[in-house]
This record gives sequence, C-alpha cells and structure tokens, in this order.
Amino acid sequence: MNDLSKDHELTVESADDALRLSGEFTIWTLPRLPADTNIAHRFELSGLTRLDTAAAWYLAQCQAAGAVLQGLTPEQGKLLDSVIAASPIPDDPAIRPHFWQRLLEPIGQRMVRALVFLREIAEYLGRFLAALARAIRHPSDFRLTSFVHHCQETGLRAVPIVALMSFLIGVVLAFQGAVQLRQFGAEVFVVDLIAISILRELGILLTAIIVAGRTASALTASIGSMKMREEIDAMRTLGMDPDMVLILPRVLALVVTLPILGLIANVAGLIGGAVMTWFELGISPAMFRYRLITETSVENVIAGLAKAPVFALVIGIIGCHAGMKVGKDAESLGAQTSTAVVNAIFAVIVLDALFSIFFAEVGL
Amino acid sequence: MTENVIEVRGLTTRFGSHVVHEALDLDLRRGEILGVVGGSGTGKSVLLRTIVGLIRPAKGSVRVLGQDVSALSGQARESLERRWGVMFQDGALFSALSVQENVEVPMRSVPNLAPDQRQSLAQLKVSMAGLPWSANDKYPAELSGGMKKRAGLARALALDPEIVFLDEPTAGLDPIGADAFDRLIVGLRDALNLSVFLVTHDLDTLHACCDRVAVLAERKVLTTGTMAEMLDVDHPWVHEYFHGPRARAPDKGKE
Repeated sequence: MNDLSKDHELTVESADDALRLSGEFTIWTLPRLPADTNIAHRFELSGLTRLDTAAAWYLAQCQAAGAVLQGLTPEQGKLLDSVIAASPIPDDPAIRPHFWQRLLEPIGQRMVRALVFLREIAEYLGRFLAALARAIRHPSDFRLTSFVHHCQETGLRAVPIVALMSFLIGVVLAFQGAVQLRQFGAEVFVVDLIAISILRELGILLTAIIVAGRTASALTASIGSMKMREEIDAMRTLGMDPDMVLILPRVLALVVTLPILGLIANVAGLIGGAVMTWFELGISPAMFRYRLITETSVENVIAGLAKAPVFALVIGIIGCHAGMKVGKDAESLGAQTSTAVVNAIFAVIVLDALFSIFFAEVGL
Repeated sequence: MTENVIEVRGLTTRFGSHVVHEALDLDLRRGEILGVVGGSGTGKSVLLRTIVGLIRPAKGSVRVLGQDVSALSGQARESLERRWGVMFQDGALFSALSVQENVEVPMRSVPNLAPDQRQSLAQLKVSMAGLPWSANDKYPAELSGGMKKRAGLARALALDPEIVFLDEPTAGLDPIGADAFDRLIVGLRDALNLSVFLVTHDLDTLHACCDRVAVLAERKVLTTGTMAEMLDVDHPWVHEYFHGPRARAPDKGKE
C-alpha cells in the first residue's frame, strides 16, 4: 500500500510545557503524536491549516485531561465542540457469564436447535403428506405441469452424471476386487463382489448423495429466493397453499425419479464392472451374466431400491424446509443452501446405516 | 468561497447505443449541498458513479478537487479517493463485518494508527452519524434500512472527506427518519465543512437541505439554481416536478 500520509505535513515543536503544532493535523498525521493524551499542559495551535475530526477528538481528550488549547480559529472551535457533543457514551458492559455457563450454554443451545430441527422436519413431512392426501382427494388441485417440470430437472437432467459416476464405481470395484481375489485364485467371485456391493449399497447410496448435493441445493435456492422476495407471502394472500404449489410437486418428483435414477445407476455400475472384468480377468460378458443371474439373489436389488423413496423423501423435505427458513437477506440464502446440502447428505448416510441394520435383522 | 470542487464538462456517457448523458455540465461548489433530481432512468446514479470513476465516460472531463479523475492512476488516484466518501443507496456495508469494523475499514489505510485509536475514532463516527452505542457491534443484517444508511454515512465520513456523495439518502425512510437524516446531513456539513452531492427524489429533502438543485432531463442538466428559482422555471417537466400534487406539502409548511 502506498503511504498516503506523505501528502500531509505536521510540525511538532515542544517548548517548556507547551506543544506547538503547525500544518495539517488530520487522521494521517495523528500517529505522529504519542497516544498518551497527558503529554502537555498547553497546546499552541494557531499554526494549524487543517483540523479534522480525528485530530479534534484527540485534542478533546487532551482538554479533558487538563490541557489548555490555544489559537484555534472559530471554525476549528466549532468542530471541536461538535466532536465533544457527539462523543459516544458507552453502554454498561454486559455482565460476563460464568465460565461453566459459557461452556454449557452453547452446547445446550445446539442441542435444542437440533431437536427443533427434527421437530420441524417432522412437521414438513406431515405437511407434504397432507398435501399429497389433498391432491388424491382433489386431483384438480395438483400441479401437473410443475410436477413434470421438476421430474425433468431432478430426474432426467441427473441421468448423465449418475450413470457416469456409477459406471466408474463399477470399474474401480472390478479392478480393486480383481487384484485382491487373484491372490486366492478366486477371480470369478469378482462378479459377486460387484453385483452385491453395487445393487445393495453403492448404486443407490451414491445416487442419493449426488441428488442430495444437486437437488437439495436447488430446492433451497429456488424456494429460498421466493421467500426472500416475499413471493410466498403473496401466494398465501392470494389463497394459494405453498405446500400444494411448491412442496408437493418438488418432493413428489424426487420420490418418483430417485428410484429410476437408482436403477440406472445399478445398470451402469454392472456394465462398468463387466467391462473391467472382461479386460482385466478375461471373464466374458456371457460368463458375467451367468454368474450374475445364478449367484446373485434378486433380494439385493429389492433391498437397494427399497431405500430410494425414503432417501428421496428426506432429501426433498430437508431442501424445502431449508428454503422456507431463508430470511430477508442474501446471506441467509447462501447459509441455508449449504446447510441443506450437508444435512441431506448426512441424513442419507445415517438412514443407509439404519437400513443395513434393519435388513440384517429381518434377514433380507 | 465559490471554488468548485467538482467540475463536469461536456460529459457523454453511453451504454452500448443507449446514450445516458450528452454534453452534460455540472459544478459543485465548496461547502454547498447540491441536490440532483430527475425522473427515473435519467441517469442520476450513473452521473454519481461516473464522477467517482466507477463508470468511464465516453467523452468529456470530470475534474474533482482540480484533478481529472479519468487521467489519474496509482497513488494519485488513491489519494484523491481518500478525499471523498460515497454512501450507496442501501449503505453497501460489508456484511461480514460489524458496523464499527465497517467504519474502521477505510481507517486501516492510515499508517501507524494505533488499533485502539482507530476503534475509538470509529465509535465516534458511528455516534456522529446518529447511531446508538449498541449499533457498534451489530452486523448489517441486524440493522433497519435507516440504520444501514447511517452506518454507510459513518463509513463514508471515516477519513473526513471533503466531498460526500449520497445516493438517495432518504429513500425508503419514514418521514420522521427522513427528517432526522436531513438534519444530520446539514449538521455534518456545518461541522465538517463538507461539500455534498446528493441524489434524491425527496422534495422535502430538497427543501430542507439543498443550497442548490440541479435538474437532470433530456440527457443533460436542464437547469440549476436555488429551490426558489426552481419554482419559477417554466420547463413543463420541471414545473410538474416542483408544482405537482406532491410538491404542495412542503410549500404549505413554509407558508
């Protein structure tokens, strides 16, 4: 940074107990004086060509400390008076809470916030189900155009990325599996490894994570920006129910499309695995197909795809809830969007763990 | 005391084929409050942005404090920028910083200024802009519209500039808040000897603060003069502006 204080000249001469200042006494030249305001009993200021509020504030402090100011012009005196008049009066300092309170209070607050969040998620789930029931009773209230639009946005547009990702996961599994299983001469079990891990877990879990990142943020951003511009309040005053107009089509579109995306991911993953085993281990596609059909139970596919609608519901509800929590300013939109993505991905992984335990217990 | 701090000569601004200003002349004298009025879309804010160098003019010159703004660069420009302060319409406060930290931002460029002195000075400016002590630690998102404008003004005044540009300082304020802001501007002008370039729509503000008024229309400054002179201009738009139904209330107040 350029030193702009060079443009400002201030001469300080001290004689006896007096300090003679001449030139420009401004914020730029203020640092040339000591911060201690008790430096002199008398200030000789008739040589000042310029005085600003920072300097006047300094002089006011010196005056308060008992110094005498001499030689100020009437205008400079007026500035000094207005600075003294505007001097801020600090509020009483807030009482500092006790150490334990400072330690425990944020933890308790976070705890309560988490519980409130869970309650609100349950509330939004209820609102979605109520809207769904209403749409079944009065099909004319259902926004079909909006539903189809969101199916396209969250489903169709996500196909390329989901398929590519799953294909590559299949390739990686086949390669890593081949390296390990070859040590035991059990290369052919690579097919089982790929099939079970993709169909049961990875296909649907990774699809849900990608959709959580892609769609939860989009839901929060679109609903949140409407909330920010008071469009949702306008909707309510016009007798439109935001649950019906906004939440139902979005969440339902996700519930319908995520299982389809999961199926696409399964197929792409198996193809990726098949291609890699063919190149790496020489297992022909026909052999791969045979092992797949004879050795892998269809229960794996069911266990995988059964999770999809639940993941979709949670992602959609979390995204819509965060969108509705956006305030009036742009910062809250950004904050809520990132919160929605983190929460949605976290919820998907927690649910996946719960599903694993559940399926193990029921023996699926 | 008729030295001009801003001299705009033959200014032409255009965006693509859309000409905003054509051969526009305008002066701001030292120590005066100049109100710039004009219909929506006549380029009041564009003129402000051109003078402070945010928009490059297509033609013409802008001289601020005797220096050509568009010809300056580097240190000369930086030192000129320290001599003016701009208050944008919604305050344009940095949202990640508290009010006091916002006011401290320009002061950070002062070398060797002790941090506690800087903080005290920032608190002084916040207080001079008419904000209570508790506003120091608040973040822009927690402030009302009027408080944001005051905080924006405090930041604009941080380095004691000679010229202050105010973009619609009273827009969106209630009459009491707007009146308080008008008095604040006049009070600060008197105390700090500021020259104020004030873009506004508010006729009450024009009556209460402005020494002179410049009317922007037809891509140039149509006329300048005191408020009393404006009432006698017989250009139809100017007449409509100062004699329309909304103009009567301040007239009545004066009679």
